[in-house]
Amino acid sequence: MTLATATNEHLAHISNTLIYSAMAVYTLAFFAYIAEWLFGSRSKVARTAHALTADAAQKAQAPAVTVKKAGGTAVLERPKVVTRAVAGARDVPDGPGAHGGDAQGDLYGRIAVSLTVLAFLVELGGVVARAASVQRAPWGNMYEFNITFSTVAVGVYLALLALRKNVRWLGLFLTTTVLLDLGLAVTVLYTASDQLVPALHSYWLYIHVSTAIFCGAVLYVGAVGTLLYLFKDSYENKLASGGKPGTFATSVLERLPAAATLDKFAYRVNAAVFPLWTFTIIAGAIWAESAWGRYWGWDPKETWAFITWVAYACYLHARSTAGWKGRKAAYIALIAFGCWLFNYYGVNIFVGGKHSYAGV
Amino acid sequence: MSDTRSGDVHGETTDTTPDGDLGAAGSQLSTAPVEVAMPGSFGGSRTPGALGWITWAAREVIGWVRWFWRQLTSMRVALILLFLLSLGAIPGSLIPQSGTDALKVRDFMDAHKTLGPVYEKLGLFHVYSSVWFSAIYILLFVSLIGCIVPRTWQFVGQLRGRPPAAPKRLTRLPAYATWRTDTGPEQVREAALKVLGQRRFRAHVAGDAVAAEKGYLRELGNLAFHIALVVMLIAFAWGQLYKSEGNKLIIEGDGFANTLTQYDDFKSGNLFTDDDLVPFSFDLKKFTGTYERTGPNKGTPRTYQADISYSAGAYGKEKKTTIKVNEPLEIGDAKVYLVSHGYAPVVTVRDGRGGVVFRGPVPLLPIDSNVTSQGAVKVYDGYRDAQGRTDQLGFAAFFVPTFAGAGKGTMFSQFPALDYPVLAVSAYHGDLGVNAGIPQNVYQLNTKNLKPFKDSKGDLVKARLLPGETMRLPGGNGSITFDKQVKEWAGFQIVQQPGTGWALGGAVVAIFGLAGSLFIQRRRVWVRATTGADGVTVVEMAGLGRSESAKLPEELGDLAALVHEQAPTKTDEQDADPDREPGAATPVPAAEGAQKK
Ligand code: HEM
Repeated sequence: MTLATATNEHLAHISNTLIYSAMAVYTLAFFAYIAEWLFGSRSKVARTAHALTADAAQKAQAPAVTVKKAGGTAVLERPKVVTRAVAGARDVPDGPGAHGGDAQGDLYGRIAVSLTVLAFLVELGGVVARAASVQRAPWGNMYEFNITFSTVAVGVYLALLALRKNVRWLGLFLTTTVLLDLGLAVTVLYTASDQLVPALHSYWLYIHVSTAIFCGAVLYVGAVGTLLYLFKDSYENKLASGGKPGTFATSVLERLPAAATLDKFAYRVNAAVFPLWTFTIIAGAIWAESAWGRYWGWDPKETWAFITWVAYACYLHARSTAGWKGRKAAYIALIAFGCWLFNYYGVNIFVGGKHSYAGV
Repeated sequence: MSDTRSGDVHGETTDTTPDGDLGAAGSQLSTAPVEVAMPGSFGGSRTPGALGWITWAAREVIGWVRWFWRQLTSMRVALILLFLLSLGAIPGSLIPQSGTDALKVRDFMDAHKTLGPVYEKLGLFHVYSSVWFSAIYILLFVSLIGCIVPRTWQFVGQLRGRPPAAPKRLTRLPAYATWRTDTGPEQVREAALKVLGQRRFRAHVAGDAVAAEKGYLRELGNLAFHIALVVMLIAFAWGQLYKSEGNKLIIEGDGFANTLTQYDDFKSGNLFTDDDLVPFSFDLKKFTGTYERTGPNKGTPRTYQADISYSAGAYGKEKKTTIKVNEPLEIGDAKVYLVSHGYAPVVTVRDGRGGVVFRGPVPLLPIDSNVTSQGAVKVYDGYRDAQGRTDQLGFAAFFVPTFAGAGKGTMFSQFPALDYPVLAVSAYHGDLGVNAGIPQNVYQLNTKNLKPFKDSKGDLVKARLLPGETMRLPGGNGSITFDKQVKEWAGFQIVQQPGTGWALGGAVVAIFGLAGSLFIQRRRVWVRATTGADGVTVVEMAGLGRSESAKLPEELGDLAALVHEQAPTKTDEQDADPDREPGAATPVPAAEGAQKK
């Protein structure tokens, strides 16, 4: 055995240890998020219910939103900007988040985020070590896809938090799926190390695959937002029509942002990556052109990338088509993400084709 | 990442303007088609007599055609067609396609005796060129063009026109600010015009207010995107119809001229003619493959290239170049790709009297990544056996560039390079089957009409040969020698697909158009300055986007601050209550939470 192989095996070993450690830390984060939700359930927030059941006279008392310039002593006061909802839109305040305003819940939430950051760093280290051990980008097989994918998804979540977006409510859903994803990776999909066939040697690989993974991670975040929107929207509908949702639903959904906010969040996330997803497909076509002599050949992977793209185009269209906004558009968005998932797992496992050298 | 401005570009559009009573101010914030209800009958009243019937029928027909066209170019139908397109693409990914894998289609047909023919009828073995799939995308693109043309005119009209005048009651708009100032209305409007101009709004004074609009690039981007889709589709269809694609295996030292007869296999689009082949020729001088010797990527090709000399045109000058895996040679519309590689051991076959009946490299096809290869050596004519009878010879050949070593239990190659080449052959004679009229694979031995050479024990004659070694056929029937030379061959794919440049150009425009369309928000701002009953100027500012957006109130706040600097609040009073409509006594309900992040 040569020296090179020894270091590689050593690195691969380090990578595996780091991935397992990340899983352990994610598990702790998962419990911290659970604690946040549990403690949060002590406080009885019912803003949504209040907003949807209180009469109009009370609503008129709601304070106007003002925009003020920071600092500046001699500067004259800025004129206030009053905002009002567009006609027909429901006016519901956002929930306070998983902690529900409970101090202890908030503390656990913060711990959970810190643990998520730690787990993210450890996992990132695992991905980098893996890349070093196989001496190429870590996107050669499904095991590597999975560990990279969850790292990026958590990275996106943390980036949104760093941008001070109100997304901490995503934490529990995210860590749950990340644990599932990693569990699948280390048990079913694990591949010791793998070669790339010559067709995979091109810098378009790096562009195409890295943007594909990134898009998937962001679209996943969007899909979670969409799903929660559907729940919250039913909840609000029920309240608005005088119904009384169950206590568990009330406890959880009261703490989430308003349906309109969730819908908007999901839309922004999806719309923001759609051009990048378009680019990903085109980069793939350019790569295929230089590797296989045709830029489009209806290979199953290509076909599903196309189907996913059209499905998301459908979603964007639906949002500007009369009678298709809201829930219907949300269902389309979920179908579109389903297409993405199928392309990611299903095609590799069930279908095959030219892309199947990526290995399962 | 998600630019907040990207929010809500869609919001409220086709069905209603953001607010019912905004009138012209809220209209045409996009060029999306508006749903219009159509009556059930278009003919109107029918005057008696044939002429009456004809005019009635004509009106009816035109009415229905227009109705159909409106339907086809509506957002709803576009949505349905898009949905059908993605649905229709699915079977092609799950059922074998004759275009990519004809063999699998045949297997499927054999395995599914009832389902097969049904699939065949439905075109499910060539989904992407089937009638129904074509119908979907052609309808979609007709709809698209029918959508683009009027939208473009509308957009040009909007560019040439001016932002619509302020609605009567600005308080109804999603973002609103007001204050009272000593500055005169004229000056306020002038200041507002300047501020908005600096912020690149298109602004003008209409009545007592300044009307301004920004973000036209959004519409432009959207139109560019949809037009680019049409360009891409045409480029793709063009490429499919005129494309050609052929394969050729070339041994070092041999050459190729781009004519139909020289190809090993060839496929082309429906409108392709032989004259479309770009004239050129090339010789393969040398193939070089080197491989990673250690590490986890052991055996991975490091260099993988073919040195060739080529000449473009019928009498072009000869030039030298190198083709690599991801770097094809381009000659006019044609691209020459290096797609495969293998070994061609040089062998010599002698007949019963020692005369050479065959000598040359025999290309063998790799069966694994370490280039374990298989093939056949065939001697069609010139061979006579020990008795002087004419016969044909066939040898099944199995070759490994790096042999594991005798007794290692595997005949498979251990490494792709020529480290320890071994050629295993077994010998047959009889009818090779060329005269049967069935085109047979040159690389395979069809032993159906062949008789094996047997040794004294009655076993098939076979041997493992090192370079320079010879295997004798029993009964003095000749011999086969593995000469001390192994040539390499390279497989080339020669592709012509016109329109690729257009497709790429369309793709680039599509991405930029899409980004413009999704990230830019189109919005309007109005600044009204009027003299109140007490002689003090009342300034009102309001903003309207495609729908409520987090950025809109913020931007309005910035603009208001700038205007405010030049028309400060009348000193002896507080900010006017923004919730109060000027002159109105009752407060207007201001919604909480309209601006949420
Ligand atoms: C080839 C199929 C099509 C694709 C892939 C496609 C894709 C898209 C996408 C991704 C958007 C979102 C961009 C944005 O919201 O600004 C969009 C917007 C739009 N599309 Fe299409 N489209 C297609 C066909 C059509 C057709 C046939 C029509 C005509 C009815 C149409 C009309 C529109 C309009 C009006 C918008 C802008 C909506 C708005 O202003 O909010 N599209 N399209």
